[in-house]
Amino acid sequence: MTDWIEIGTVQAIPRRGARCVSVPGGKIAVFRTQEDQIFAIENRCPHRNGPLSEGIVHGGSVTCPLHNWVFDLATGKALGADEGEVRTYPIDVVDGRIFLAADLVAVAAE
Amino acid sequence: MKEKLVIIGNGMAPGRALEKLFETGPSRYSVTIFNAEPRVNYDRIMLSPVLSGEKSFEDIIIHGDGWYIEHGIMLYKGHRIVEIDREKRMVRSEQGATAEYDKLIIATGSVPFIIPVPGHKLPGVLSYRDLDDVHAMMLAAKGRGHAVVIGGGLLGLEAAAGLLNQGMSVTVLHVNPTLMERQLDPAAGYLLQRELERRGIEVITKANTKEIIGGSRVEAVLLDDGRRISADLVVMAVGIRPNAALGKEAGLAVNRGIVVNDQMQTSDPAIYALGECAEVGGTCYGLVAPLYSQANIVAAHLSGDSKAAFVPQYTATRLKVTGIDLYSVGDFAEGEDREEIVLRDATAGVYKRVILRDDRIIGAVLYGDTADGPWFFDMLKNGTDTRPMRDTLIFGQAYQGGTPLDPMAAVAALPDEAEICGCNGVCKGKITDAITGKGLTTLDGVRAHTKASASCGSCTGLVEQLLRATLGDGYNPAAVQPMCPCTDYGHDDVRRLIVAKSLKSIPAVMQELEWKTSCGCAKCRPALNYYLVADWPGEYEDDGQSRFINERVHANIQKDGTYSVVPRMWGGMTNPKELRAIADVADKFAIPAVKVTGGQRIDLLGVKKEDLPAVWADLNAAGMVSGAAYAKGLRTVKTCVGSDWCRFGTQDSTGLGIRIEKFMWGAWTPAKLKLAVSGCPRNCAEATCKDIGVICVDSGYDIHFAGAAGLDIKGTELLCHADTEDEALEIIVALTQLYREQGRYLERIYKWAKRVGTPSILANVVTDREKRRHYYERFVYSQTFAQVDPWEERVNGKDAHEFAAMAEFGLPVAAE
Ligand SMILES: Cc1cc2nc3c(=O)[nH]c(=O)nc-3n(C[C@H](O)[C@H](O)[C@H](O)COP(=O)(O)OP(=O)(O)OC[C@H]3O[C@@H](n4cnc5c(N)ncnc54)[C@H](O)[C@@H]3O)c2cc1C
Ligand code: SF4
Ligand code: SF4
Ligand code: FES
Repeated sequence: MTDWIEIGTVQAIPRRGARCVSVPGGKIAVFRTQEDQIFAIENRCPHRNGPLSEGIVHGGSVTCPLHNWVFDLATGKALGADEGEVRTYPIDVVDGRIFLAADLVAVAAE
Repeated sequence: MKEKLVIIGNGMAPGRALEKLFETGPSRYSVTIFNAEPRVNYDRIMLSPVLSGEKSFEDIIIHGDGWYIEHGIMLYKGHRIVEIDREKRMVRSEQGATAEYDKLIIATGSVPFIIPVPGHKLPGVLSYRDLDDVHAMMLAAKGRGHAVVIGGGLLGLEAAAGLLNQGMSVTVLHVNPTLMERQLDPAAGYLLQRELERRGIEVITKANTKEIIGGSRVEAVLLDDGRRISADLVVMAVGIRPNAALGKEAGLAVNRGIVVNDQMQTSDPAIYALGECAEVGGTCYGLVAPLYSQANIVAAHLSGDSKAAFVPQYTATRLKVTGIDLYSVGDFAEGEDREEIVLRDATAGVYKRVILRDDRIIGAVLYGDTADGPWFFDMLKNGTDTRPMRDTLIFGQAYQGGTPLDPMAAVAALPDEAEICGCNGVCKGKITDAITGKGLTTLDGVRAHTKASASCGSCTGLVEQLLRATLGDGYNPAAVQPMCPCTDYGHDDVRRLIVAKSLKSIPAVMQELEWKTSCGCAKCRPALNYYLVADWPGEYEDDGQSRFINERVHANIQKDGTYSVVPRMWGGMTNPKELRAIADVADKFAIPAVKVTGGQRIDLLGVKKEDLPAVWADLNAAGMVSGAAYAKGLRTVKTCVGSDWCRFGTQDSTGLGIRIEKFMWGAWTPAKLKLAVSGCPRNCAEATCKDIGVICVDSGYDIHFAGAAGLDIKGTELLCHADTEDEALEIIVALTQLYREQGRYLERIYKWAKRVGTPSILANVVTDREKRRHYYERFVYSQTFAQVDPWEERVNGKDAHEFAAMAEFGLPVAAE
């Protein structure tokens, strides 16, 4: 059984935007798309550590603010010509409340 | 012994004939050329780009001196032949040089027709035919002043556009009711006139010139209805006459031109006539494509192929004025036996008309969108039956065959023999062979090796498509492409449609313009957001999520994810209170680096994102606002100390800089906008590499613009002089607003200016006071919504989610 931890509400994130959750040792970026889908990925671009939560969100992707790599929020894979992958985290949304898997948060913290 | 070939005239037609002659191997001829013009063979068609300043003479040379040496040709430059002695088979030049011939080619071209009105010989009255005319016009244009061009045909309009580019104001006088009536129908002539007028050229139709007035030089043109148009320069471009005089004196059969058979031989079989001076099948031609076919015939005949014969042909016409797309071919008069299909799109400025007889195209006129010209022309030449595509014919090639065919596929589908370049008679196979065989990757490469698109340039698009079809992604043209992969529209179309269709939100734009993605991408969203902010002040609600992070959080992101903060220092002036506040902030928030910027500001680097609102609160408290160092908008106005302190200062440069900055701060622009004001021409504020720069002088203010000192380096251009500070401010503001309305997102002023041309900018913000005032007022209106300090807003709680984590978990989280 996964333990889920509530991190906030869907409302708290702007559409086509993201906010961060601080965990020991890093940050998880939680995205909300135009269609209110929620995704969580590591807030660190595999290229040169750009904060992905600061990027422009379009469709199901985000463009890194530092050098414009584009990542698929669902798979974490870089799109287009660039190669790279960012870690994704499972998310659960219930009644507009967002939950993150507690053990994964702990792993991220390692 | 080689046979002696002598050529009179060194224009485009004989140049081509010689190329052809040499192509087949070492020639049987030793060649001598006499040319009245003191120069080598150049591309006469491209004189207009030279006049407008877009090209230099070196760019348009077809055969350089080396070519003549390489082929052992004796070229007499500046020698006009005055006599042909057919008995002795000899020619003689004005200077007395002689040459005997076995074969002679007369290729003397045309002479411009001069209307013999009183005053036509006054100094300052020019024709438009050769490089000397261009130089004379450019010299006359140095004095600015007013030019009158008599003749609204192809040549006249190109001259008018060129002179406008050179800084003259221009009036075109045209005898007919509509422009270019030989190539255009009245509707297209009207569209053309409107476009020229929009650019600032005055057009007077139905204008009969009665007299040219002047004393020691030209002063005015008098029309027969009594109107008097003052003029510092008059260019007559009313037509050409085949230059057949030499042939006539030599006793050859001469009509309008020198009469030749379809093998280009005159009544004396040892003498050919070639080019505009020749009359073949009763017609004298005045465009390059048929002349080049004639050249091929002459070359073939000289190499012993007696079967080659000239076939009359239609040629298409284009106007070579940058930014005006216009194409006409064939016969487009109305008539009983004819049908026509017309497409008009007023907002897009497109007009297309195809004329059919017995279901076959006999003529086409295209304005605004000429991409399908060659396709229509091809069907005209081939007599293609258009019935199967009648319904979609006018929409062009891309719409044939059910689903829209993309132009690439259309080009790829062409047979190898399909002619791509009409001027130079280059077919597709030759181009693709050259691309693969010679490893060409650029348009210029193809031009150099095949000549395709090297003359009038109208087939450039087709050649580019061939490059793309052959090279795939290996071809990357400089030409502006769609805004981004989400749309097929370019920036200009999007801007135009936003206004034309009153689109006031990003979703509305995407819906109406059929965006291919659900919510755009990181390229188009910031661009659209800017366009909407600029076009609908007060109505459009800025979409922060479509801004880059810097503009969303009003600070500059650094490589480690921290931010830099730059408070505004008006005109680069500061004081102890501000400096103390900055020092205190740096201490309080342990800001690791403090640096002076190139724009006379102080930069606090390495601020943590969550500290930003608190940092701003302290800076606000000392009276400082955001310096917008992150913005595609007004950044800084740099100044020198000017007449306040400097012993050379002519005006209060500091005061003007502060005034401009206080007036313009908060404005968003297509790209960053940096200004400077120097108090004298010593230019300590480095104003001449800024987007807009002012150099104060005793008599007022010289306003410069379009400089760059980044990836590109470019000195500014002088826009104009203003007598007072108020006038200077008004011009700078109007210029900025024009740029705001026309610039493409991320396009700096200097690129924008290069694209639209200085004349159109002058016309909008300098010469026409009323227009200037309109732009000025639109800027002022838009500022009422823009001058809000974004820092203060955020200190007061706006976008708080940006600056705080959503949730924070300490170490024990896993154990919870
Ligand atoms: C500004 C401009 C724009 C044009 N634009 C286009 C266009 O877009 N498309 C198009 O197809 N065509 C265009 N044309 C027309 C095209 O340039 C001409 O059709 C072509 O150049 C004619 O070539 P030619 O060899 O017959 O004569 P020219 O190129 O005129 O050459 C004749 C040469 O003979 C010399 N000469 C004359 N008499 C003597 C003598 N007695 N002894 C020695 N030398 C002599 C002249 O000095 C001249 O150099 C344009 C022309 C001009 C002026
Ligand atoms: S630009 Fe002229 S006025 Fe300004 S500081 Fe330099 S010398 Fe003095
Ligand atoms: S010059 Fe280059 S490295 Fe230096 S601040 Fe500008 S962008 Fe960065
Ligand atoms: S750090 Fe993300 S693209 Fe370079």
